[in-house]
Amino acid sequence: MSKQQTVLYDAPGPRTRRLTVIGSVVAAVGIVAAAHVLIYRPLAEKGQFTMEKWGPLIDPGNEVFSLVWARLGEGFRATLLAAGIAIVCSLIVGTALAVLRVQLKALRPRRFVGFARPLAWLIRGTIVGLNALTRFCVEIFRGLPVVITIFFVAKALPDLGLDLGDALWYLVIGLTIYNGIVIGEVLRSGMEGLPSGQREAADAVGLTPFQGTWLILLPQAFRIMLPALISQLVVVLKDTSLGFIISYEEVLRVSTFIIQVLNNPIQVYAVVGTIYILINYLLTKLAEYVERRMSSGRRGPVAKTPRKTTKTPAAAGADAAA
Amino acid sequence: MNVLVEYFDVFVGGFWLTFQLCVLAATGALLLGTVAAIMRISPLPPLRWIGAAYVTVFRNSPLTVVFFFAAFGLPALGSNADFLRVPGLTTLFERLGIDLPYFRFAVIALSLYTGAFVCEAIRSGINAVPAGQAEAARAIGLTFTQNLRYIVLPQAWKSAIVPLGSVIIAMIKNSALAGFFGVVGDLSSSAQALTSAGGEPIIPVFIGISIGFLVMTVPLGLLLDRIERRRAVLR
Repeated sequence: MSKQQTVLYDAPGPRTRRLTVIGSVVAAVGIVAAAHVLIYRPLAEKGQFTMEKWGPLIDPGNEVFSLVWARLGEGFRATLLAAGIAIVCSLIVGTALAVLRVQLKALRPRRFVGFARPLAWLIRGTIVGLNALTRFCVEIFRGLPVVITIFFVAKALPDLGLDLGDALWYLVIGLTIYNGIVIGEVLRSGMEGLPSGQREAADAVGLTPFQGTWLILLPQAFRIMLPALISQLVVVLKDTSLGFIISYEEVLRVSTFIIQVLNNPIQVYAVVGTIYILINYLLTKLAEYVERRMSSGRRGPVAKTPRKTTKTPAAAGADAAA
Repeated sequence: MNVLVEYFDVFVGGFWLTFQLCVLAATGALLLGTVAAIMRISPLPPLRWIGAAYVTVFRNSPLTVVFFFAAFGLPALGSNADFLRVPGLTTLFERLGIDLPYFRFAVIALSLYTGAFVCEAIRSGINAVPAGQAEAARAIGLTFTQNLRYIVLPQAWKSAIVPLGSVIIAMIKNSALAGFFGVVGDLSSSAQALTSAGGEPIIPVFIGISIGFLVMTVPLGLLLDRIERRRAVLR
């Protein structure tokens, strides 16, 4: 129970506690009854609990058990492979994009007085143009559904004479376009959220704008945005399942094959869904853990060395108040 | 570029259907999410567990799995999702009333999935209300319901609106999946029909479909940015 919930009501006295217990029992009975009527009965009536449907998935003695799980394993490997490549590519693209956009922003006010005037105008024009172009691309691809991006990447690239053969690469490209941009925006907002003194200090000690971005701003933005980045991993892993629309043999497509043979959609999707939920749940917990650690281990955004949590009760109180 | 002019009505029709799907699913998701959020802060533990379980399940499973469940699981149960054929609504949204159930399945899948995120957005809003507000309300003797109704929720709503907006934007984008699960005539199924079956050139179709989505997502995003900036100044 979080702090906010305990704040909503008083510490219960004996009467409230009794009422809570009674209410809980009533609610629990109601929920069980509703689950029985709305979920269990229809499922049982349609024979969804028979071993004929579940056996291939949970009974090791079943003749197709090992076959089914071998196929599912292949599917999961394909899913994780695509997700892994997509994550790495998105991180690279996202970092590059964030650095580029911050860089362009830092360069915009410069007048390039050392150069000949036409050259200076040319450079400034390029900077303004690039800025507008990256902004445009970000807005477009952030507003488009990933499904549509993947679908059209898989259709358009072979059309333009770039046949990559394996559906994996279309999926990776589609996912990278979207998630790279999202990660780029996350990092950029992280960098822009830093105190302006960071950039000024970098300039003052004589770093070039690029060095300032790369050495000073980016590492801090990574640290601050780590929870957001991890939750983006969950998004990538979930979106990998969209590969089925371009016939990439990830786990859901494999499941459709299995279902065509065994005719047990509910059971197969329940198992696959559970595995997905487990993986993503662990990742989400990891993100929460990282977030908690960082909010307690750091005072202000300028801690250079990641200190082990040295939290006094007073600091904890200040945290809660902040 | 001829495709854009030639099939203009296809694009407009697709946009219209996707828009209807989004309106229905957003309504459903907001209702579900609010109920789940109330359950999650209720004093009764079983209700809290149910709310938490719902959010955990739907936030962590891919939308594709939810759609597969809706599109293949419900028919296996013999359900056609007929409970969505509400008399008044079917005249407003014709697709709800037709015999093919896939539009209704899409509404169900999107609402269930998005509801979990709505719940989290509302809860984060409630958590953003300073603890002193609720404490003060309790100190002057408001009950739990009064506390929520008059003190916490009005303030929570303010800080929840931006996360809620981004959830809805994500939902609009997710609605593209419906076209791959049997809904005929929305933006993404039109994309398939025009490129795969119709053999039309890819790029113009892509532009047309993109405009259909961007018309919905970009203005909403800009509106949210504006609200966010105004909030930032107010604080």
